[in-house]
Amino acid sequence: MSIGKKIENIILTFIKYFSLCLGAFIAVIPVVVCLFTAFKTDEEYATTNVMQLPQSWTYLENFKIAWTKAKMFNGFKNTFIIMIVVVCGSIMIGAMLAYVLNRFKFPGNALIRNLFLFATLIPGVATQVTVYQIMHSLGFINKIYGYIILMLGTDVISIYVFLQFFENISVSLDESAIMDGCTYYGVFIKILLPLLKPAMVTCMILKGVGIYNEYYCSNLYIPSQTISTALYTFTGPYGSQYNYICAGVIITIIPALIIFICCQKQIYSGLAAGAVKG
Amino acid sequence: MNAKTESIVATKSEGKFSKWIKRGGWQKPLVIVTFLFIPLLLLFTFTYLPFFKMIQFSFFDMKYLGAREFVGLENYQEVFTRDDCFKALYLSLYYMAGSFVQLALALYFATLLSFKTKGNAFFKGTMFFPSLICGIAVGYIFKFFYTRGFVLDTLLSWIGFNPENLPYWLKDTRINNMSLVATSLWRYMGQNMVLFIGAIMSVDQEMYEAADLDGANKWQRFKYIILPSIKTIVVLNLILSISGSLSAFEPPFVITKGTMGTGTYFVIMHKIAHENQKVGLASAMAVVLLVIIVLVTIFQKVTMNYLFNDGDEDESRAAKKKRKQAEKQKKLASKGMGA
Repeated sequence: MSIGKKIENIILTFIKYFSLCLGAFIAVIPVVVCLFTAFKTDEEYATTNVMQLPQSWTYLENFKIAWTKAKMFNGFKNTFIIMIVVVCGSIMIGAMLAYVLNRFKFPGNALIRNLFLFATLIPGVATQVTVYQIMHSLGFINKIYGYIILMLGTDVISIYVFLQFFENISVSLDESAIMDGCTYYGVFIKILLPLLKPAMVTCMILKGVGIYNEYYCSNLYIPSQTISTALYTFTGPYGSQYNYICAGVIITIIPALIIFICCQKQIYSGLAAGAVKG
Repeated sequence: MNAKTESIVATKSEGKFSKWIKRGGWQKPLVIVTFLFIPLLLLFTFTYLPFFKMIQFSFFDMKYLGAREFVGLENYQEVFTRDDCFKALYLSLYYMAGSFVQLALALYFATLLSFKTKGNAFFKGTMFFPSLICGIAVGYIFKFFYTRGFVLDTLLSWIGFNPENLPYWLKDTRINNMSLVATSLWRYMGQNMVLFIGAIMSVDQEMYEAADLDGANKWQRFKYIILPSIKTIVVLNLILSISGSLSAFEPPFVITKGTMGTGTYFVIMHKIAHENQKVGLASAMAVVLLVIIVLVTIFQKVTMNYLFNDGDEDESRAAKKKRKQAEKQKKLASKGMGA
């Protein structure tokens, strides 16, 4: 290798790692400063620069205040319940619908597919203007079950995940089971559902992340009941007490971080699967 | 005579029917109906009913409760003439520009990370993680970040800017929309990057080896191998970012609440609907934007077909073939294990 090429290589490698580090730094710094601030006492927060490290990493008072003031336990509990029900529900709905649409020819099949396709075009925020009225007349305002049903009803992504997955499961499996005297329900429950596990994982990740971060509808229909909207407590008198707010922010980030570290691979691939149609 | 034939026909069809029942022919329609009922009911209640109501409401002057008055096209007129409605779509230009920058950065980092890099997983993870943080938390993080004398100002003063001359990032109308766009870039760049990495990784590795043997440099490798193989997904994302920026909502909603000239179309619509309770006007706004989005989507379909001759479909077909082959092999393997 000539010297010129060597130098070029070194420069390119430098640019590469420099830009990567810069990117990572920008991605991390807003959160890291929040972490610093979350450990500062009121006085320290008022007197030191935000970029200064906190005096003590064991000062947990802010976290306690955030936890109780924003009723975060309640938020976590509700979000957890909502997440489990919605994830299970949308897996069932997605699998059932995809099974029927993929395996049976009947008039209206294409129409139903197109109805779901068109639904993806309608921005959620837009329809909330009138969904609010419907939720109101159903008596679903301020009811967690109402919110759960709404979340199940506006879910199209999992349907696409399952439809795609069904295309790769051979029909001969169903046929041989039917020959053996299995009913269609039996085929679905005993044969197909176990095969759908990868699609379920994808669905779980997409829906789980979605529900954990959903704030618009939850703020509209069940205000400050979920973890994503619990932080809204910090407006008004606490609006500038950033050491409390940052503690709250860090608390909401921790579960996401843990889950991200544990199942990076599934999250990346689930995201790719969801983006194909999203 | 007539009655006789009728009865014969009846018994015949009855025979058919009972046979059909015995064969289990009733199962199929029953499965279809039971499995479709709930999803379609939900789809109808939370998507299509609101959709049609939205169109209906857009012709009324009304609140959520109380009397309503038919006003014809007045709401639509108002959408196009009010200062804060249709003109809010200009702000989308900021978000569109932002998402182009976002895609370019994502493509750059994706290219870097799809080759041997030290700390690959670390860089990928840190840049992706912001997209998993809840929107409201992101809102607070950046309110804090942009506050006068706080994080951004301190960082800039470290590299030599005079803090006195820095603008108020969220209040100065010359810059605040850019500050908001930057937060959305911060949050979603990693997501695009991960998608692009996936697309680049699906390129046959032998192509890179062949290129290396032929003495291609890194730029040539990018231009002739990576870019052609992922151009479908890049163009698709570019076009999607148009409708995405038209419906930009989150950054102004969670950070500035649409004050100081940061109210995008949807933020204004949200305010009109839920704070001012002008449901008719908000519905008209929603309908107008929806029409625009449908037009953009049609445009997207047409351009994709024109540019790639349905390359999208071919690709998925090839992918399907591959998967089916893999499945076959798996089956064979499992059979072999069984034996």
